[in-house]
Amino acid sequence: MPQQRPSWDVVADIQLLLQFHFMQNAFAAGTLVALLAGVAGYFVVLRGQSFAAHMLSQVGFPGAAGAVLVHVSPVIGLVVFCLGAALGIGWVGRDVDAGNRLESAAIGSILAFSLGLGLLFFRLYAGSASGIYSFLFGTILGISDRDILLTLVVAVLGLVALLAIGRPLVFASVDPDVAEARGVQVRLMSIAFLVVIALAVAITVQIVGTLLIFALLVAPAASALQLTSRPLRAVALSVVLSIAFTWLGLSFAYFTDLPVGFFITSLAFGAYVLIRWGKEAVA
Amino acid sequence: MSNLAVELDHASARLGGKTVWRDASLEIGEGEFVAILGPNGAGKSTLLKALLGVVPLSEGSARVFGRTVRRGNDQVGYLPQRRRFDPDLRIRALDLVRMGLDGDRFGVPLPSRAARDKVKEMVELVGASAYAERPIGELSGGEQQRILIAQALVTGARMLMLDEPLESLDLTNQQAISELIRRICQAQGVTVLLVAHDINPILPFVDRVVYIAGGNVLCGRPEEVIRTETLTRLYGAPVEVLRTSDGRLVVVGQHEPVSYHADHE
Repeated sequence: MPQQRPSWDVVADIQLLLQFHFMQNAFAAGTLVALLAGVAGYFVVLRGQSFAAHMLSQVGFPGAAGAVLVHVSPVIGLVVFCLGAALGIGWVGRDVDAGNRLESAAIGSILAFSLGLGLLFFRLYAGSASGIYSFLFGTILGISDRDILLTLVVAVLGLVALLAIGRPLVFASVDPDVAEARGVQVRLMSIAFLVVIALAVAITVQIVGTLLIFALLVAPAASALQLTSRPLRAVALSVVLSIAFTWLGLSFAYFTDLPVGFFITSLAFGAYVLIRWGKEAVA
Repeated sequence: MSNLAVELDHASARLGGKTVWRDASLEIGEGEFVAILGPNGAGKSTLLKALLGVVPLSEGSARVFGRTVRRGNDQVGYLPQRRRFDPDLRIRALDLVRMGLDGDRFGVPLPSRAARDKVKEMVELVGASAYAERPIGELSGGEQQRILIAQALVTGARMLMLDEPLESLDLTNQQAISELIRRICQAQGVTVLLVAHDINPILPFVDRVVYIAGGNVLCGRPEEVIRTETLTRLYGAPVEVLRTSDGRLVVVGQHEPVSYHADHE
């Protein structure tokens, strides 16, 4: 890690931040992930599916470990496991009026099973703990140009998919009975959304790590929805917050040599707490 | 026969392998205010869902405005039976009305003056302008109901199907909402099918009632249908219709109250 100190000259700081290729890649990948997670997060929070997002971020762990075990790319394992889990809870279905008890119980069961599988695969692999460590906490400072390209493709596809289904998805999320009568394929929307989240998570995991995805998929949108109840504004605000947390987190990490993930989650958490607290104080 | 809103011809509905009602034949004219009555679980909501094309008929046919029922019919507005919106649901009442207009379409909703004007007109029609910008979850039950009526009408619907819209409202709001529905029925010529637990709040406006009990469906004027002999036949069990001193109707079974009470809820 370069030992250079930030100054009050922002332009000079940015030049410092971007002077190395690995930091340029970190910013590029981080921005793409933050953009997709910020948009997806709006639907996650609106639909009350934070637990599903949590499960999808954890479920990739046995996928990646299993892929390493059979000598294929961890990305394949991640995508297979995340998609499988998404289709699993989509198949169980949800009932908004019943408080989504069925969905949440299914998520809990899949989550526990997947962690058990992860434990098994890791034992069979008998690898070093550093593989697990990088999976859980991300390797954002070691991203290749090829990773950037992959991230770009999935982010663009994910965003296009969300923009396409966003409107009927919101309808199906807040008013499923009327949406169904109006001709919306409520169940299909639900599954399609989970599939998009699964793909978003499968790529995000490699960059910010399992434990931190949760922060980008939930906290920025949760903050945005506290500030506005207009759908388009909330999505835009969620994206702005998500990208801001990522950029600031990367910058702080660069200058302090402390973990990126710590800063991103702390910023996201801090903003959420401040906004909730501010709203309580105003009310 | 262009002035018929609803035609059921020997229609039967099944849910989960069980027949809910069978051999229902009825006709409802345009602009009529019709109450759908019957005990819990008789299939009142199923009748609405059959007319919406959400629940397929197992036999017979159903037509709405002369055409076979289908989902996504712009001429029909629907208010499902529901509990209130989650207080934490962060989306504006206005957005909910807008969803009624084009929420089923793919792609990003572009700002449209025509859509905005239509939404505004409906919000004004139901008297909800004062709180349309607020999140739906923060509104009272009566306010939410007005917004949902605006949502149901926003496509230019000529028929409103309401499933227990007065349930969980206090007496003042029950009156206000049923007055509003009657006003829309009369002023806009909108046909109203309203599922009710208690006919008394709407009895003065009802043109006809559809009574469902024991798998049978009967349609007629209130004074024809809500009678001891008729309902006893429909239920297939002894039932008595009583009229209270203030003119309310009460239906009682032999051992327990079968259906609605004036002071219910």
